[in-house]
Formats: sequence, C-alpha cells, structure tokens
Amino acid sequence: MTSTLTPTDGRERALARLALRYRVLRLGPVALPWRPRFVLAGAVTTLVMAVLVWLNLMIGETVLTPGQVWAHIIGTDYEHYFTLWRVRMPRVVVGLLAGAALAAAGAVTQTIMRNPLASPDLLGVTHGASAGVVAVLAFGGSYGIVSGTTASFGIPAVALVSGLASGLLCYALARRGGIDGYRLLLVGVGMSAVLMNITLWMLTLGEVTDTGRAMVWIAGSLTMRTWTNALPTALALAVLLPLALVAARTLDTLSYSDDVARGLGLPLERARTSMLVLAVLLAAFGTSAAGPILFVSLACPQIALRLARAPRPPVLLSALVGATLTCGADLIARNLLTNIQLPVGVVTGCLGALYLIYLLVRGNRKAQA
Amino acid sequence: MTTSPSPAAQAEGPATDRAPSRLSARGLTLAYDDHTVVDGLDADIVEGTITCVIGPNGCGKSTMLRALGRLMRPKSGVVELDGRDIHRVPTREVAQVLGVLPQQPVAPDGLTVADLVARGRHPSQRWYRQWSGDDHQAVSRALAQTGLLELADTPIQELSGGQRQRAWISMVLAQGTDLLLLDEPTTFLDLVHQVDVLDLVQELHRQGGRTIVMVLHDLNLAARYADTVITMREGRVVASGSPAEVLTPELLRKAFDLEAVVTEDPVTGGPLIVPVGRSTGAV
Repeated sequence: MTSTLTPTDGRERALARLALRYRVLRLGPVALPWRPRFVLAGAVTTLVMAVLVWLNLMIGETVLTPGQVWAHIIGTDYEHYFTLWRVRMPRVVVGLLAGAALAAAGAVTQTIMRNPLASPDLLGVTHGASAGVVAVLAFGGSYGIVSGTTASFGIPAVALVSGLASGLLCYALARRGGIDGYRLLLVGVGMSAVLMNITLWMLTLGEVTDTGRAMVWIAGSLTMRTWTNALPTALALAVLLPLALVAARTLDTLSYSDDVARGLGLPLERARTSMLVLAVLLAAFGTSAAGPILFVSLACPQIALRLARAPRPPVLLSALVGATLTCGADLIARNLLTNIQLPVGVVTGCLGALYLIYLLVRGNRKAQA
Repeated sequence: MTTSPSPAAQAEGPATDRAPSRLSARGLTLAYDDHTVVDGLDADIVEGTITCVIGPNGCGKSTMLRALGRLMRPKSGVVELDGRDIHRVPTREVAQVLGVLPQQPVAPDGLTVADLVARGRHPSQRWYRQWSGDDHQAVSRALAQTGLLELADTPIQELSGGQRQRAWISMVLAQGTDLLLLDEPTTFLDLVHQVDVLDLVQELHRQGGRTIVMVLHDLNLAARYADTVITMREGRVVASGSPAEVLTPELLRKAFDLEAVVTEDPVTGGPLIVPVGRSTGAV
C-alpha cells in the first residue's frame, strides 16, 4: 500500500486512535471505560502487597517458612497458631485496612481541594482524633476505665467520634453560603494547629505512664492490634469504597474549576459536601484503627496518580497503594531495630517526607526545564 | 462533511414549544455578597441568533452571562429557560440544553485534549453508563468541528492559546446543546486567532442553528458577528438591537464615554467604529 499523507488520512488515523483510547467494558446496561493502565497498575500493586503480607506473616521473633504460613492459613498446621492468627495476622490486616482508608480519604480530599498537598490531616480529622484519644488516656484514670477490652474498643471509638466531631466543626466553620475548597483548607490548618497544641498541653498534664501510651498512639502504631480493631474499619471500607467508586464521575468533574463543573450540570455544593463527608468518614475510620499514620493519605494518592497516569488521584488504586505502603512500612518498623519496635507512623513519615522532597525537587526541575 | 446539524442531546432534551425567546431575564438583580453588580435587568435571547454582550469593564456583562447560565443565583428576579425558572429545572437537565463556557476555565493538570472534550459528555452519562457510542460520536464530531482531531492526544498545557480556547469550545460542543453561552472566548488571543474562534462560532451557528450568547470586548468584532448586540453599563442594559441600531456615536458615548466615528465596514457593510477619544461631556 502506498501511503500518501492526505488530510483525510490523518483524520482517519486520529479517529482510529480515539476509538482505541475510549474502549468500553460492557456488562448488560453497565458500560465503563476500559483503562488497561489502571488494571495493570492495580495488578502489580496487589502482587507487591501480597508479597509484603506474606513477609510480614513470616518474619518476626519466630521466623516461619512460606510453607508454614500457608499451612496455618489453610488450617493444616497449628504449631504457631497464636503467633500467626492472634498476633501477626490481625496486625497485618489492621495495617492494610487503615492504610487503604487513609489513602482513599487522601485521594478524595486532594480531588475536591484540587491540591496535591491537601490531606485529611487538614480536615481536622486526625488532629481531632489525637486530641480526643489523649484526653481520654491522660484524664480517663490510669488503666482504670481504659484497659483490657475497653482499651482495644474504647480508644478507637473515642478516636472515631472526636475525629468526626472536629471534621464537622471544620466544615461548619468554613461554610459560608457554600463550601469553598481554599477556605476549608485555611480553616483546617488553623483547627489542626489549635488541636495539636491542646494535645501537647494535655500530654504535659497527664501521668507519665498514660501519656507514654498516648504518644505511641499519636505516632500511629500497629502494635497490639486485634481483630476488634479491624472490624469497624473493614465494615466502613466495605460501604464507603463502593460509594467512592460510584462517585467517580462526580470526582472527575469536581476536579475542574467551579463554573465549569456547574455548567456541566453538577450540583456543586451537594456534590462537594457529600464527597467531603465521605473523605472525613474514611479518614476517621482509618485513624481510629491505628492512629494517625503519617503521610499515607498525602503520598499514596500521588503515587497512584503517577502509576495510573490519571488526571486525578484514582480512589481504588490509592487505597491499594495505601495498604501496600503501610504493610511495607510495618515490616520495616517491626524488624529494623532488633529490640525496639518502631511505631509504623515513624517509618511512613520518613518515607513520605523523602517522597515529598523528591516530588518537590522534580517539580522544580520540570519548571526550570 | 462532518456536519450533522442536530446536536446529540436535542432528541432526548425536554420538548419545547419553540417560543422565539429561549432564554430570558426578568428583573434580574445580581450581587456578590453585598455588592450589587446587575440591577433590575431584562433581556431576551432570541432563538437561532448570535447575541453579543458588550459594555465597559465592570459593567456586569460576565455576571449577567453567569446568571443566564445558572452559574450563580440571582438576588431577585428570574432567568427563564424555555419558559421555566432555570433554578427550578434540575441542573443536569439544563446542561442537556444549555452549554456554558465560563471565563478562564481550569482543568486538572496532565489532561489531553480528548479527555477534556470527553468531559463535556458528563450531563448525559450515568455512573453505570460512563461511555457509549453516542459519547464517542459526539466527542469525535466536536474535535473535528474545531479542527483538533489530530491534537486529540496532546496534553492541554502544550497547546497554544488559540488551540486551548478551541479545545474548551470543543468540550462545550460535545455537550450537544443548541444553546451556547461563551464568556469572552477571545481573551488573550491575537487578532487572527480571535477571528478564527469567532468564525468557528459563526459556523456552529450556521450549521446547527445554535443560539449563541457571547461576551465580547472588541466592538468591531461584535458588530461583525452579532445579530443582536446588548450594550450594558453599570449593571443595566443601555441599548439592545441590531449592530447598526446599537453601535451609534450617541449610544457609544452613553455606554462607554467614548467619542467615536462610526463608518461603514468596507467588508461587511455593517458599522465600523473608529475611536476618537474619551468623551468629556456628561452622560
């Protein structure tokens, strides 16, 4: 075939390219855009996550072989039942769930704020949860009312309630005839600073033993997590993640400027408020399970964004990346120092800070180029 | 060859009784917080015409266009779309009839032209039906109409100002509405690209019989492309009518404080405004 480059030729090819890019996944009345890159990124992330989970289950004071882990999972070996099913497994699962919830919250927040540096930390949720938990731990009577089962159930409940309360307070303060992303961010930063200082003040008042435990919680720790910690977050994710997926189109359109979104027929205030509530709920449940694990909600959506080459942070992929990162960070936190277990938040904080610096430096270079 | 005169959403849009005025404002008062910008304004947008809104900076023309496109709620008065209060019609339903291109629209980073144009399909999609054959056709047609088909995979940031403006117009076109509101579609463009964009608008008007309302700064371009010119000053309509009726030395003095000579445009025969200077006389 002789190829003569006529305008029609270019047109045809452009149309063919377009048809290829917008392939559709059809299932009865359901038609969703088929995005191979998302699927690939999701598959790779899941694989990495599976490997990290396995390593987490194997490595520790007693080192198990991969075969032993498998034997325990399918229930043919009970030798290390306690280590695997009562200690390591709950910890891994809580880490995965908390990481997923925080990262998903981050993805939603960054989309509605149209700001890659926004995170649920700035919605008042994490600092509110910290303040609530420290208040209970410092003044709730030493080991009195918060011990045993109460400690594993009561503290997350306190974190959830106080996180939600301060998130709502932020929203109420920022609301003036409608929600403006920028104003919300400013109110959130202010609220966070106030709550953080209240937390610090309470830490100086409490008994040393109690505030010690509070400090561990504030740093974000997966130590001593049990199945009781996993359940609420698992349920919350089971409800909230599908909601976030259904809202994908709303989130897509919310990432445009206000007037464009309104012009496209998006009920802007209602959409933004409901997405904000979704983000606050995800963040509150994520925080309640394991404390504020730093930087997961900030960095993971941005990692997912780059993996998928998407115009906005994809929620599901962010959740997967969040789970993976938290799992990997906990592996390091548990085993890096032989006799000290680091809180997982310290590791994610270090990783996240490095990543953030990398992003900023790279962004700077790109601007100069 | 690519011209299919009826936009995609027309068939499924609400049945209208084809009143001559599709969009009208009655006693419209618009304010940002306590600052009143438009005060008791009446306007009618006649079906199948190009209307240009002109007026000095800060006269409230963009604000009026935002209100006509239900991007802001009036303090009092009403905007009627096909005889119904536009704020009582579900916003998504409005978006299937009326497309708005706001001033200085912002899209997320890293978006390609095709992604941007595909966003225009939002009003006709559902969460379970996010992409259909209609969507695909509307997007490729909109890209072809604006001459952007070959640039479909180019990131928005890499486009020139004129191309970017055409990409946004393309997005509004993909929405498939027969009413288009464009807020200063020619800002920041040089004269050639201004004419390019306005020729495109005129073509859309002629091919599809679309009703178009534009805010424009350049009086001569408004004179050339408009069927109806609405002149505003300090939140009120000073004059409304054909370019020849409205663009007269007296009215220009009244609306712009501009002393000007109006002659015949050697190309179109319409009015051509040659500014002399700021008029010193009282209004």
